[in-house]
Amino acid sequence: MDDRISQDQRTPYRASSPNFSAAPGAHPSAIHVSALCKTYGTDDTGVMALDDINLDIRAGEFVTVVGPSGCGKSTLMRMIAGLIAPSRGEIRLGGDIVRGTRRDIGIVFQSPVLFPWRTVLENVLIPIDVQRRGRQQNLPKARDLLAMVGLADFAHRYPAELSGGMQQRVGIARALVNNPAILLMDEPFGALDAMTRENLNVELQRLWQSNGNTVLLITHSISEAVFLADRVVVMTARPGRIAEVLEIDLPRPRTLEMMGSTAFGHYVNRIRTHFGAKGAD
Amino acid sequence: MLDLASVDTPRNRLLSVLLLAGLLVSWEVVIRVFGIAPFILPAPSAVAQALWRGFANGPFLQHTLITVAEVLLGFIFGSAVGLVLGVGIALNRHIAYFVYPYIVMFLSMPKVALAPLIVLWFGLGITSKIVTAALVTFFPVMVNTIAGLNAADRDGIDLIRSLGGTERQIFTMLRLPAALPMIVAGLEIAMTLSLIGTVVAELIGAEQGLGMLMQSMNFSMDTAGVFSILIVLAIVGLVLNQALKSARRRMIFWENAGRAASTPSKRASPATEVENTLAVSR
Repeated sequence: MDDRISQDQRTPYRASSPNFSAAPGAHPSAIHVSALCKTYGTDDTGVMALDDINLDIRAGEFVTVVGPSGCGKSTLMRMIAGLIAPSRGEIRLGGDIVRGTRRDIGIVFQSPVLFPWRTVLENVLIPIDVQRRGRQQNLPKARDLLAMVGLADFAHRYPAELSGGMQQRVGIARALVNNPAILLMDEPFGALDAMTRENLNVELQRLWQSNGNTVLLITHSISEAVFLADRVVVMTARPGRIAEVLEIDLPRPRTLEMMGSTAFGHYVNRIRTHFGAKGAD
Repeated sequence: MLDLASVDTPRNRLLSVLLLAGLLVSWEVVIRVFGIAPFILPAPSAVAQALWRGFANGPFLQHTLITVAEVLLGFIFGSAVGLVLGVGIALNRHIAYFVYPYIVMFLSMPKVALAPLIVLWFGLGITSKIVTAALVTFFPVMVNTIAGLNAADRDGIDLIRSLGGTERQIFTMLRLPAALPMIVAGLEIAMTLSLIGTVVAELIGAEQGLGMLMQSMNFSMDTAGVFSILIVLAIVGLVLNQALKSARRRMIFWENAGRAASTPSKRASPATEVENTLAVSR
């Protein structure tokens, strides 16, 4: 069953995104951000949230963004999703400039954002309903995803009957149901307790390894950022700037035990130097 | 609501009935011992008699039906207008801009105070009662509709938007169902107000209805009759509110989801759940 899913999703990039018309001969990056600035308010008196962000993310790459509150990491994610417009600079997804929202992005928010009047299964089907892809054809896919996040038996329950960790799993399954090329996650595990969080980190890694989506995950937690990422983007605040992009050279699949290793600790300490004594928060 | 379920034991039910009986008996005893005139305060037995006579071979049933019809029609018209205006104001800034000043003005005004004018304009028939009831009804429905439609979670809106969803989809899939609990709460207030509006208009001037009946009994010093009408009105109010409460349980079925976890047998079948959701999201 899991095999079939991974087959479906191994090439979601081409399969589900006719918009990604790559320039002939070129291999456009999944996410390309260049000279991006965002100012809230007017240009001269406004607050600069992001200043000159440049970032290139390969297809299938897992990139995490770590930084203190107010470094503009959520703003960056919302701009990539096309929910807000940049003040300057541009974002390209698979070569196409982002000019508004599109159909091939999955988003997971910090809160699960489940609709309480929909069952778990119906919540997973929200992208299908919004994009009118047909519930019937996509029902097997939705059920498979629920099975992959360990909630097969909860398909017909209502969100209020689930724990916080289970609700967030539903949110992740939902973000994947329309085979998005890109998965954007805005502090998805921020509201969960430490143990649930670590378990979901392991699960997310497994899902990503079998699906092959490009993932951009925003987090407050340095160890979460290191654990999940191929590359960690370290941001500093006021204005939001990229301080360093750190390649994480640890074997996959990573295990929770590896978090105690010297190499892991080295990465964490390296990132921490950017935040001084205050830590990421 | 208060949680009274935990003290709702058979023993307490019996005590509750005994308490009522005790109150009625002492009321009766006080009237007889002190010889209080029946037109000042009638004994419970006299009220019971008036009630019985009124329904058995009097006009109570007919007037009750008239009043209930007025309450329901006023409620339906008032709620419909309140709902439409509420949706318009919540969705369209221009409508909000032009209508808001009047809402603020109306907000602090006791709407039943308009009843004499409405009886003057619409006559002694049932129209003036329906208009009064609709007038007091529409306000809480409109206010709660506006508040409910603005209560939708920002991230939920962003979720639908990020998937390429339209404003219309945001409305039908998220804002409207998210607003339902508040809208229904507005309807519950509205039902109570509709009864008040109807009775006030009937007291001012009517050809039929419980308010008119009460007024004429008051003039003829039939205080026991007035009390018996008050009981009828209380029962009418209770029945209407219970009807709305059971409608609420069916419309906002997900409110019971938390409790359903402990009693799986009471949960609706998956098929009905889907149907319910479809009904809500259309």
